[in-house]
Amino acid sequence: MKFHLKVWRQKNSSSEGTLEDYTAENVPADASFLEMLDIVNNNLTGKDVPPIQFDSDCREGICGTCSLTINGIPHGPGRGTTCQLYMRNFRDGDTITIEPFRADAFPVQRDLVVDRSAFDRIIQAGGYISERSGSAPDANAVPISKTIADKAMDAAACIGCGACAAACPNGSAMLFVSAKVTHLGLLPQGKPEADRRVLGMVRQMDKEGFGNCSNYYACEAVCPAGVPAAYIGRMNRQYSAASVKEMVGMTV
Amino acid sequence: MTLESNIPVGPLDKKWTTYKNNAKLVSPANKRKFELIIVGSGLAGASAAATLAEQGYNVKCFCYQDSPRRAHSIAAQGGINAAKNYQNDGDSVYRLFYDTIKGGDFRAREANVHRLAEVSSSIIDQCVAQGVPFAREYGGLLDNRSFGGAQVSRTFYARGQTGQQLLLGAYAGLSHQIALGSVKMFPRTEMLDLVLVDGHAKGIVVRDLNTGEITSHAADAVLLCTGGYGNVFYLSTNARGCNVTATFRAHKRGALFANPCFTQIHPTCIPVSGDYQSKLTLMSESLRNDGRIWVPKRKEDCGKEPSSIPEADRDYFLERKYPSYGNLAPRDISSRSAKEACDEGRGVGPGGLGVYLDFADAIKRLGQKTIEERYGNLFEMYQNITGENAYERPMRIYPAVHYTMGGLWVDYNLMSNIPGLHVLGEANFSDHGANRLGASALMQGLADGYFVIPYTLGNYLTTQFGKKVDANHPAFEQALKETKARVQGLIDIKGKRPVDSFHRELGLIMWDYCGMARSAQGLTEAIGKIQNLRKEFWSDLKLIGGADGINMELERAGRVADFLEFGELMCLDALTRDESCGGHFRTEHQTPDGEALRDDDQYSFVSAWKHEGEGQTPTLVKEPLVYEQVKPSTRSYK
Repeated sequence: MKFHLKVWRQKNSSSEGTLEDYTAENVPADASFLEMLDIVNNNLTGKDVPPIQFDSDCREGICGTCSLTINGIPHGPGRGTTCQLYMRNFRDGDTITIEPFRADAFPVQRDLVVDRSAFDRIIQAGGYISERSGSAPDANAVPISKTIADKAMDAAACIGCGACAAACPNGSAMLFVSAKVTHLGLLPQGKPEADRRVLGMVRQMDKEGFGNCSNYYACEAVCPAGVPAAYIGRMNRQYSAASVKEMVGMTV
Repeated sequence: MTLESNIPVGPLDKKWTTYKNNAKLVSPANKRKFELIIVGSGLAGASAAATLAEQGYNVKCFCYQDSPRRAHSIAAQGGINAAKNYQNDGDSVYRLFYDTIKGGDFRAREANVHRLAEVSSSIIDQCVAQGVPFAREYGGLLDNRSFGGAQVSRTFYARGQTGQQLLLGAYAGLSHQIALGSVKMFPRTEMLDLVLVDGHAKGIVVRDLNTGEITSHAADAVLLCTGGYGNVFYLSTNARGCNVTATFRAHKRGALFANPCFTQIHPTCIPVSGDYQSKLTLMSESLRNDGRIWVPKRKEDCGKEPSSIPEADRDYFLERKYPSYGNLAPRDISSRSAKEACDEGRGVGPGGLGVYLDFADAIKRLGQKTIEERYGNLFEMYQNITGENAYERPMRIYPAVHYTMGGLWVDYNLMSNIPGLHVLGEANFSDHGANRLGASALMQGLADGYFVIPYTLGNYLTTQFGKKVDANHPAFEQALKETKARVQGLIDIKGKRPVDSFHRELGLIMWDYCGMARSAQGLTEAIGKIQNLRKEFWSDLKLIGGADGINMELERAGRVADFLEFGELMCLDALTRDESCGGHFRTEHQTPDGEALRDDDQYSFVSAWKHEGEGQTPTLVKEPLVYEQVKPSTRSYK
């Protein structure tokens, strides 16, 4: 297959970027999108053009490293990560625009590589259960109903890729934050810190420059882990309740 | 040179308790004075960093990924073993220990494996307390499933994403410590050298992958938790970035590399489809709980639609050859059986390199919904990659490189022969012998990080009071200078071949000669080929761009350069181990029915290799394996 690519090239975080034209030729239909870029890069190296820098690691849809906006959609057409997109989903001769994930809180570092450390800082602001290694009770000491455990797992499936924020017109990270708040908040082990957690994480999210949710549901549409946007409402309720408790001095 | 494994004396099941009772403690006030470097943020690294920081140490943690949450432990699918015996099916610490020793074909160290089995239960407790959403039954209790090489159900799981959930648990603990200021995290930072001061590991040299800046960091001890070296094969189930550089650089500074030829070829992966391919995708071993593996009995049937091949014309070869374990035979044995079937011309799919993994019976028995619940994401992944629906048509699978049992040599303290250098998780060699059982990698990574190193590190640190060095020490300047020269050296080659082509060529050599079947002749040939390829690499590598800023080709070139040296060491180890055991199958040594033929009289030892300098043959140092409890026997899964 053959494709015309328009690829975002940007030298570093402080320089301006532009879309450059490249051709991808002799691409097998069974190649993944990233393998198509590998082929292009090998050709660019042959022509003394600096290869396109893009992130990827596990290439099996779970690590959340790959982060391309393809024809305007984070991770491109279909549901899944960029690495799980295969060229058979495109037509021969297609023009494909490739940009980095776009969100104010994800500055571009080079070409298609963005800085998503804001997500790490949000987790650091409360996305954990404080628990000392070695002090845990027996794992079956607290039964958790299958329904709750399954729901917590649905939320915990978030891979932290950032597609939600990149898809949102407001650059909101609320799907990401609500997934963690929901995962830990549903489980009995996570309840003691639930208020602190939601307050801490939401405030950090605001501080990082992510916008607010305005119910576009674009996040849900692109989420490779299928995290539902309904969690955002759940988080908002939890946040309101925790803020009130904080106001009257009930939260530590 | 002799190796002191420092295994505590006393009966096997009391060793760890005795050890803990006598281990040196570091007081809280003194913990604050020690700085630790942890390289890697996977299960071993993140759990060690979180736990040691929680105890009061000052930790610096480094990873090459853009976030510690993305370490490759995240990709583990199936589960984690623990001797909880929640199923009341006869499991015990002893059985988990014995299964692991036997699964490793009696080439692992007894005492380490027993300790692993002992702490396994605490790991599950720990993870549940962290909020890991393990699968549960309706009554609210934890669910289990079976994995290869075991006749009990001791595997805990979180859908097909167990590694992800365990890693996110450890990452949450790590994040908490980062927030408290007790861990300083360095993402997108790659370790390029180990710094020794008076023979002790006192620091590392790293490259910031964003800016290209090369700096050094000093500490009182260094912990390498950098995973395995499967990517020496180019195609593997490892992430693209997985590499041998940290451990190999330490090896070149004097750390012994143990059993490098012990690699695991996982039986259930999606087959290779073309030469553009950048990685292979694993289909979790848990699928073998419900899937049945078969190939047509007759070559002529291989091209037919699988559903049109009647039951009588199918060969369920694992069930036939290993009736008591059936489709859950250990990985090395299952992989070899699949290869044999394909070598006989009975493989299916493109190139005849595939066998069927069929769920038709399970769907009939349990209904599609149950299968979907158990393995939905795996079926989806399979469809995405191959374009085929495995609910309707059996999956096609083929073995692929997955895990490496070899690694840096460590003693019972998890310390290498370099004082201060500790090695955890897949990066060390100690627990899995010549073959790892499924769901045991997660167990080992977390055991090392949460429950072993916090107890063993004190024995070293208490010898280090008043011996602090800082990064201004001449040894650091020297290492920094050498690293910078090496990076520049790669750029200065200015040849014609891109790094990718070298890596692919090396991978093919390794797969053909040091993969599922190995022979003296092939390995000798491979060593020559690797030496030539390495020469070509250093004269014809082409890199565009410099050492400043993000340059992923440069990162890869450094890793491939190390693989090109390491691959030779692997082949040398495979050549020297003139027996078959576990995943190491020497075609010269097999039983009449094609099973691995061990030679305990001559090869019941750990091969630890000492680097002797550029271009010199490494020296073999043997650590004899002494079995106090079990009697090595011929492994039978029949």
